[in-house]
Amino acid sequence: MKKVLERFQVEYLQILNENGNCDKKLMPSLTKKQIKEMYEYMVLTRVFDDKALKLQRQGRLGTYAPTRGQEASQIGSVFAVQDDDMVFPAFRENGVYLARKMPMELLFQFWAGDERGMNIPKNVNMFPVAITVGAQPLHAVGYAIALKYKKMKAAAVTYFGDGATSEGDFHEAMNFAGVYKAPCVFICQNNQYAISVPVEEQTASRTLAQKAIAYGFDGIKVDGNDPFAVYKATYDALRKARSGKGPTLIECFTYRIGDHTTSDDAKKYRKEKEVKEWEKKDPILRLKKYMKKAGMFSERYENEVKKIAEGLVEKAVAKAESIQRLKPEEIFNYTYASLTEELKEQKEQIKLENFTIAEKKKSAGKNTSVVGELEEA
Amino acid sequence: MLQLNIVEAVNLALKQEMKRDKEIVLLGEDIGEDGGVFRVTDNLSKLYGNERVIDTPLAESGIVGVSFGMALAGLKPIAEIQFEGFLMPALDQIINHVSRIRNRSKGRYTAPLVIRCPIGGGIKALEHHSDSPETYFVHTPGLKVVIPSNPYDAKGLMISAIRDPDPVIFFEPKKVYRAIKQEVPEKEYLIPIGKANVVKEGGDVTLITYGAAVKTAYEAVQHISNISVELIDLRTLKPIDTETIIKSVKKTGKVVIAHEAQKTLGVAAEIIARINEKAFYSLEAPIERVTGYDIIVPYPKHEDYYFINQQRIINAVDKVMKNSI
Ligand SMILES: Cc1ncc(C[n+]2csc(CCOP(=O)(O)OP(=O)(O)O)c2C)c(N)n1
Repeated sequence: MKKVLERFQVEYLQILNENGNCDKKLMPSLTKKQIKEMYEYMVLTRVFDDKALKLQRQGRLGTYAPTRGQEASQIGSVFAVQDDDMVFPAFRENGVYLARKMPMELLFQFWAGDERGMNIPKNVNMFPVAITVGAQPLHAVGYAIALKYKKMKAAAVTYFGDGATSEGDFHEAMNFAGVYKAPCVFICQNNQYAISVPVEEQTASRTLAQKAIAYGFDGIKVDGNDPFAVYKATYDALRKARSGKGPTLIECFTYRIGDHTTSDDAKKYRKEKEVKEWEKKDPILRLKKYMKKAGMFSERYENEVKKIAEGLVEKAVAKAESIQRLKPEEIFNYTYASLTEELKEQKEQIKLENFTIAEKKKSAGKNTSVVGELEEA
Repeated sequence: MLQLNIVEAVNLALKQEMKRDKEIVLLGEDIGEDGGVFRVTDNLSKLYGNERVIDTPLAESGIVGVSFGMALAGLKPIAEIQFEGFLMPALDQIINHVSRIRNRSKGRYTAPLVIRCPIGGGIKALEHHSDSPETYFVHTPGLKVVIPSNPYDAKGLMISAIRDPDPVIFFEPKKVYRAIKQEVPEKEYLIPIGKANVVKEGGDVTLITYGAAVKTAYEAVQHISNISVELIDLRTLKPIDTETIIKSVKKTGKVVIAHEAQKTLGVAAEIIARINEKAFYSLEAPIERVTGYDIIVPYPKHEDYYFINQQRIINAVDKVMKNSI
């Protein structure tokens, strides 16, 4: 005997098309105020991103992972997330941080290579940037299982890229989530590249969304440049999670307009033409078209939003850059709850070191070295 | 002769060995068209095609596990792990399988693969991109661990690693990837695994280090005029060349060991133990260690607090001289 045990289908959701026309039947209930706010956060994310790239070029930030092109995926989804939900991001989720009300100066501080930027305020339910690809979905699932155990109505949300779906940890996370019906929403921003590797070479699956089916829950693919579709899919997934019906995988199909990071040169592996095509599908432009048609948009509004965003960004940069460097001995403070004896000793040692040539010159007079001092660093 | 940096020297070794041996395949993230994030495999996919230079899915356990399988079937895989922090997802494959198959099968199966990976700080990158995890591998029986400090050694050690009958972890010190240009012969030459290099001879203090710290130590020594320092570049961390170390210690009686990795159970600790076992009575002063602190490497803004530098090395040399009996 031979029979079919399973067939599957994967849905694709688009509500707002490239011309800014929306499918009224599918449109989620969003007030005009909410839609404007979405737009404003997408612009803020863009302005933040542009500024970060500029600062990086001037040597004022370290390696930076740009968000451009993914604003609808990030803002659309995070708008459906409630304050008490916990978010586990990867490293490109600048928009998600901003919309979660992470103080912007902390984000700048982080990207400038100062770990204090990831000391996230208590009222922002979000985890620090995860650099190792694919690890954080497991953390979200564990958090979600704990929420369920504590009978809390909140959910966990995790963000990751298309490349992350190749890591073993991702699959273990999906499996645990399925087995324990964890109130967890997996948001995959399929920006079509993992550094240089296109998504078609990352997996033989036709969609990433369908990977959920193997683990016993739903996956949906959405137009990731359509903030309404992303919002609706996330909203529905979170409602489902909170009502005990388990996890969902949402694949947001979008595009990484920028380089992978500021250390990357995407020209080496992808065509300018392809980038140009996707620039035309800019998510901010699309929302703008919709808002114009809905009579919610004017040039004055546009300029005002931009000006406010720029003001916020400038202020945050100034604040971030006014923060003093740590003292050497402070780098020991968060290794353990309290310093071990051996770390206490090392902490005393570091106080005796000189870290700048200027400082060294100052102390040159007191030098009792038999071998002499160093001239240059 | 060619003037090459470490990136180019490793590239040349790979290119020449791949030409010689059709069983060599490369696996890794972004190593194909992109040439690897540091360009170590630049142009190799053009030369040898993407069946031999394989852009893998983003999965380190997969890269190493699949390389292991290929090695069992008689291929010679050279896997690239993009940064040292991302070796960790592959540790299960490396420590539980790659290192053990010879012993597990009593020689019936072997996995003579090479795992290449950049190591250490110096590029001001994000978390997990500035670590020095060599001890985990040095501690594991069945693995060899190699770390060149300059382009000439990089080429010769890479060829030896490829031809070695056992699995080799080949660390590439990213801080000096492009910092040193050197004459590198076009023709084939091997630098034996397990042999240290006496970079500079001296009679007062033995200064032992490896990888990027060799350059730092060498420059530090230039500032020391009245003390004769013998500088040893280990080149291989497993097996450690005890003989060269002991010979030098017997001559100088004073030792400084420098590495960027954390202090506790770092390579220096093992070297001190060996000196204790084999040359204790030659010592004239307590051995000094210049290492990273036992903390997580700070992000770039404060990383200089963690890293070793010339001054710390000079101070340590100074100290063993002062403490000398
Ligand atoms: C475990 C691990 N392996 C490799 C890397 C190096 N790396 C950083 S980002 C990246 C690609 C990630 O692609 P994707 O998951 O699609 O996210 P995207 O960068 O497109 O946002 C790689 C290979 C890493 N950070 N972590």
